[in-house]
Amino acid sequence: MVGISSYRFRLFVTGETGRSRQAADNLRELCEAHVAGFYQLEVIDVLDHPERAEEDRIIATPTVIRLDPVPPKRVIGDLSDLELAAIALDLPDTQDGTKGAGDWT
Amino acid sequence: MSAGGNVPHRLPTGIAGLDQIMLGGLPAERPTLVSGTAGGGKTVFGLQFLSEGIRQFSEPGVFVTFEESTGDLRQSGASLGFGIQGWEDEGLWVFVDAAPVAIEDDMVVGSYDFGALVARIDHAVKRIGAKRVCLDSLGAVYDRFRDPSTVRLELFKVASALKAMGVTSLLTVERPEEFGPISRLGVEEFVADNVLVLRNVLEREKRRRTIEVLKFRGQPHRSGEWLFTIVDGEGIVVIPLSLMALRPHASEERVTTGNHVLDRMCSGGFYRDSVVIVSGPTGSGKTLMTSEFVAASAASGERCVLLSFEESLEQLMRNASSWGIDLAALERTGKLKIICEYPEVASLEDHFVAMKEVIEEFDPQRVAIDNLSALERISTGRGIRDFIIGLASFLKQGEITSLITSTTTTLLGGPSVTESHISTLADGIILLRYVEYQSEVRRGVVVLKMRGAAHDKQILEYTIDDHGLHIGEPFHGLSGILGLTRSVSAELEFGGPSNLG
Repeated sequence: MVGISSYRFRLFVTGETGRSRQAADNLRELCEAHVAGFYQLEVIDVLDHPERAEEDRIIATPTVIRLDPVPPKRVIGDLSDLELAAIALDLPDTQDGTKGAGDWT
Repeated sequence: MSAGGNVPHRLPTGIAGLDQIMLGGLPAERPTLVSGTAGGGKTVFGLQFLSEGIRQFSEPGVFVTFEESTGDLRQSGASLGFGIQGWEDEGLWVFVDAAPVAIEDDMVVGSYDFGALVARIDHAVKRIGAKRVCLDSLGAVYDRFRDPSTVRLELFKVASALKAMGVTSLLTVERPEEFGPISRLGVEEFVADNVLVLRNVLEREKRRRTIEVLKFRGQPHRSGEWLFTIVDGEGIVVIPLSLMALRPHASEERVTTGNHVLDRMCSGGFYRDSVVIVSGPTGSGKTLMTSEFVAASAASGERCVLLSFEESLEQLMRNASSWGIDLAALERTGKLKIICEYPEVASLEDHFVAMKEVIEEFDPQRVAIDNLSALERISTGRGIRDFIIGLASFLKQGEITSLITSTTTTLLGGPSVTESHISTLADGIILLRYVEYQSEVRRGVVVLKMRGAAHDKQILEYTIDDHGLHIGEPFHGLSGILGLTRSVSAELEFGGPSNLG
């Protein structure tokens, strides 16, 4: 059974850089394509909240953690290859048939 | 930032002996790379760098671990005598845990940087006001991200950030083999101007750990490999070679040798801070001379340590009593400490550290060591040289009058390995030799070298009886009676640049 926000992501970035924006934009695009309406996204800037990076033991930015569904997954990088990112985050196939990796139903 | 523009000042590590070879310490507020093979002591080095900072200088530290768990590190620290847990509670030590979260590798999609790592280190440094940071080890980062060029660039940025934070940092890195490249991936060129190399090699079945300052960008340091050992409850102890030439002062005070004729031959005895070698073949009276030296120490109310590597305690005491010296009675006064050890029970480095500890604890004015040649058995040529130099240096710093015996390889004299190493370091050299004189074998003693003063250079005859050693008249009218010893004499007398005799 799947609730309203069955997908939960936490994205760590460093500062307001092009790379940070790129990562956030790519992640949103992925979510809209694969799990529209079923996700929550939190963006954390480690410069403002280093203690949050500490808690999740983040080294590299951007890093996205898929918190739900469990088991969690971590993907490092700006997600510039959307198809690969979808596979890495184990997202379901899109409505129009673009492949994701999951067999989520 | 650093004082004096481009010239970094130094931050003493507090690790025994290390600051001496680095001429003061690590370049302050700079990163230094510590490279070594597995088991080379890199992590111990890093833990100790922070621990000594806290213990000796009240400088808080941040330990960034990429590989070992913080639990394992606390435990390793505890076995070395570092109370990391307590320091964490007091806000003097912070771990930045950058070890992998799961066994499964993180996937990488697209470009990234180490911004979070820098932010976490910066946060930890600011939180406790850290002066020292250790990153252990960079190799684990390469293994994890598998993209050497990105990792190299990002580590360079980390190093720059550490500099900007004004902390003195150590970055450890694995080395594939002892004498190959400094690190697997040429990190050192990018990350740090300063490189230390730890080595751990087997040589003739003896393990030898050394540390070398490979470069301090443009800064002076002592070159070469320096022995070190890792002591339980203490950590790394570097055995520094003698810095005799730089010794600020030399004592003018004389102390008795225990034999009044020998005192006269030395123009009044040994200098207070001198290291004197007594060289002679088996049975020539070295142990007797040692016993008299020890007895004289007690007679003048001085404290003395006698280290014997040749005989058992019982044998030592029996010998001494046959010359009328009661070592047991002297020991009971609390002024004398006798330690008898078989050389084979420990490595040379461990002997050195043990001797140093005994001497530091007992705080004697005199030390007698009988016999250095016995220690040669457990060492390689290089090892014994470093040992002797380190020992002499240590004894001199403590202004301890030292008598060290050495056995010649043949009955009629001749050089020994030990002597050729120590000849230039010793302040005094006394030769005991068998002499062929008028168709008899007699004994002759000569003071070959004695620092800073005129001394009697005649070869005097001596005898040994149950009252000790009696020095008599010169052998007159003969030349070449040192016969076989002439070559070694020349070598000893003119053997080195620091010969002041």
